[in-house]
Amino acid sequence: MIEAVFVFAYMAVVLYVGLFAFRRAKSTGEDYFLASRSIGGVVFLLSLFGTHMTAFAILGSSGRAFREGIGVYGLMASSSALVVPLLLLFLGTRLWAAGRRFGHMTPVQIFRDRWEAGHTGTVLFVLQACLLVPYIVIGVMGGGTTLAALTGGAVPEWLGGGIVALVVMSYVFFGGMRGTAWVNALQTVLFLTFGAVACIVIAKGLGGFDRAVEALLADPAKAHLLTREKVSPLVFLSFTFIPLSAIAFPHMTIFCLTARRVESFRRTVVLYPVCILLVWLPCVFLGALAAGDPEISAAASASGTSDQVMLLLLKKHAPPWLAGLLGAGIMAAVMASDSQILALSTMFTEDIFAYYGGKEAFGERVQVITGRAFVVGVTVAAYAIAMTTTQQIFDIAVKYAFTGYAALSPIVAGVFWRRSTRRGVLASALVVAAGLAATAWLEAAYPAPGALWELGGVPVLSRTPGGLSILGGLLPVVPLVLASAAALAGVSLVTRPPSQATIERYIP
Amino acid sequence: MRRMLFTAALALYALHQDFWLWGSARPLLLGFLPPGLAYHAAYTLVASALLGLLVRHAWPAELPRGLSESRETR
Repeated sequence: MIEAVFVFAYMAVVLYVGLFAFRRAKSTGEDYFLASRSIGGVVFLLSLFGTHMTAFAILGSSGRAFREGIGVYGLMASSSALVVPLLLLFLGTRLWAAGRRFGHMTPVQIFRDRWEAGHTGTVLFVLQACLLVPYIVIGVMGGGTTLAALTGGAVPEWLGGGIVALVVMSYVFFGGMRGTAWVNALQTVLFLTFGAVACIVIAKGLGGFDRAVEALLADPAKAHLLTREKVSPLVFLSFTFIPLSAIAFPHMTIFCLTARRVESFRRTVVLYPVCILLVWLPCVFLGALAAGDPEISAAASASGTSDQVMLLLLKKHAPPWLAGLLGAGIMAAVMASDSQILALSTMFTEDIFAYYGGKEAFGERVQVITGRAFVVGVTVAAYAIAMTTTQQIFDIAVKYAFTGYAALSPIVAGVFWRRSTRRGVLASALVVAAGLAATAWLEAAYPAPGALWELGGVPVLSRTPGGLSILGGLLPVVPLVLASAAALAGVSLVTRPPSQATIERYIP
Repeated sequence: MRRMLFTAALALYALHQDFWLWGSARPLLLGFLPPGLAYHAAYTLVASALLGLLVRHAWPAELPRGLSESRETR
């Protein structure tokens, strides 16, 4: 139970941070939702990174590495290390400038203004909101899993998920963006430290990494975990499209708007890959090595999920007080769903409540109260979904949230393309929605494995145990991103662009 | 310089697909890091270095400093 004490102490600290932020808050929407655009320097880097890294970064990555090996690092981490900072450099900075100049607080406000589009913005809001909910659910599920594992089952998953949801909801409710940014910065510091300490402690427990690696290589059934023999090169390629989601995730876009100065992006862009290396490398490597431990393999099989392997390694190799401290580090990553909850609340109050007259009718104070009420509603809904869903963390995230947002990224880039139009954006959004719906329907309707469509003996579309496969290996994210970009470009070129004055405001 | 850096970014993206290391389990870097993992760890650091050059030489030119002081009305 010592582990649980550390985790609960951590939760008390983040609650205090939320309340402290509340004491410094002004009663304006811009302050609650964007911390008055005042996040600077190191906090911007740490909190943006913490916002992007959720439960899947530690629990999902190590769990998947346990099943599939070291290829997981290349699948998600190294591709993100290049693509995400590039997006921040070339799109994030420009979004920040648009937010500053025109007072926008959400991506939909930027879209409505840039394309002189009202209801198209509402369509985008609905699509973004539907895709964000699974991502929030990941945090709640991760919280339940982590607390249950750290307490040896004394806190059951349903209770653990509930406690995490309550803590996150409380500091978001009170602290708004300022509290969320501070907690995220603290979380990043914790899980960066966690990576280093966990590596040292577990390496010692395993009798040295060299010994553990040699043992794994000597096992013919598991040696492939240290190579990518069983990872399809086309799947590997497909995963380089997933990081495009970073700039379309509303919580990431909104976070870009919180920077005090555009110069804050410089340090963030350069150090982002280093942060990724420090978090992902230990998680993936240790996850793969865990497969060589019969005791941990048996425990993972018994629990029916591999998402707990990192916690099992800690419990086995670290003294209880250290496992508790490191468990708090994992908890920090797991609780990163705060910014998604706040983003959804910001979007609802700005894009729906304020846009359809609520702010004018009831004033800014009621708008903030509405935002806080929405935080409670979203958290309760996410908890209910998490308790009735059984899929593994990583799979849920990739299938719905990451794929969908990656396919929405051409719309964000389109803000800075002179020829883009409202109808082009609507076409792109509808392609994404239809593509995701079709993916979900095909997966539900057809059992795996099986060919769904062949052309001249070549499998064009197949059902695999993981979902769908295109042209013998590509994941749906690839055709969805390309189709979304093609719809945006094709329809834009044959429809009327917004007024020249509007275009000039965004692209001088 | 900008064009060279953009080409380098594209080349780095292509180098992510390191098919020549796909089935290699040896040699182990530092005695324990498999080549597939060591390559992508190094790749991450190279990405950071390239991004440093991009920030220095390809920073979006239209972004003014001190923008925070002004706000246009919608």
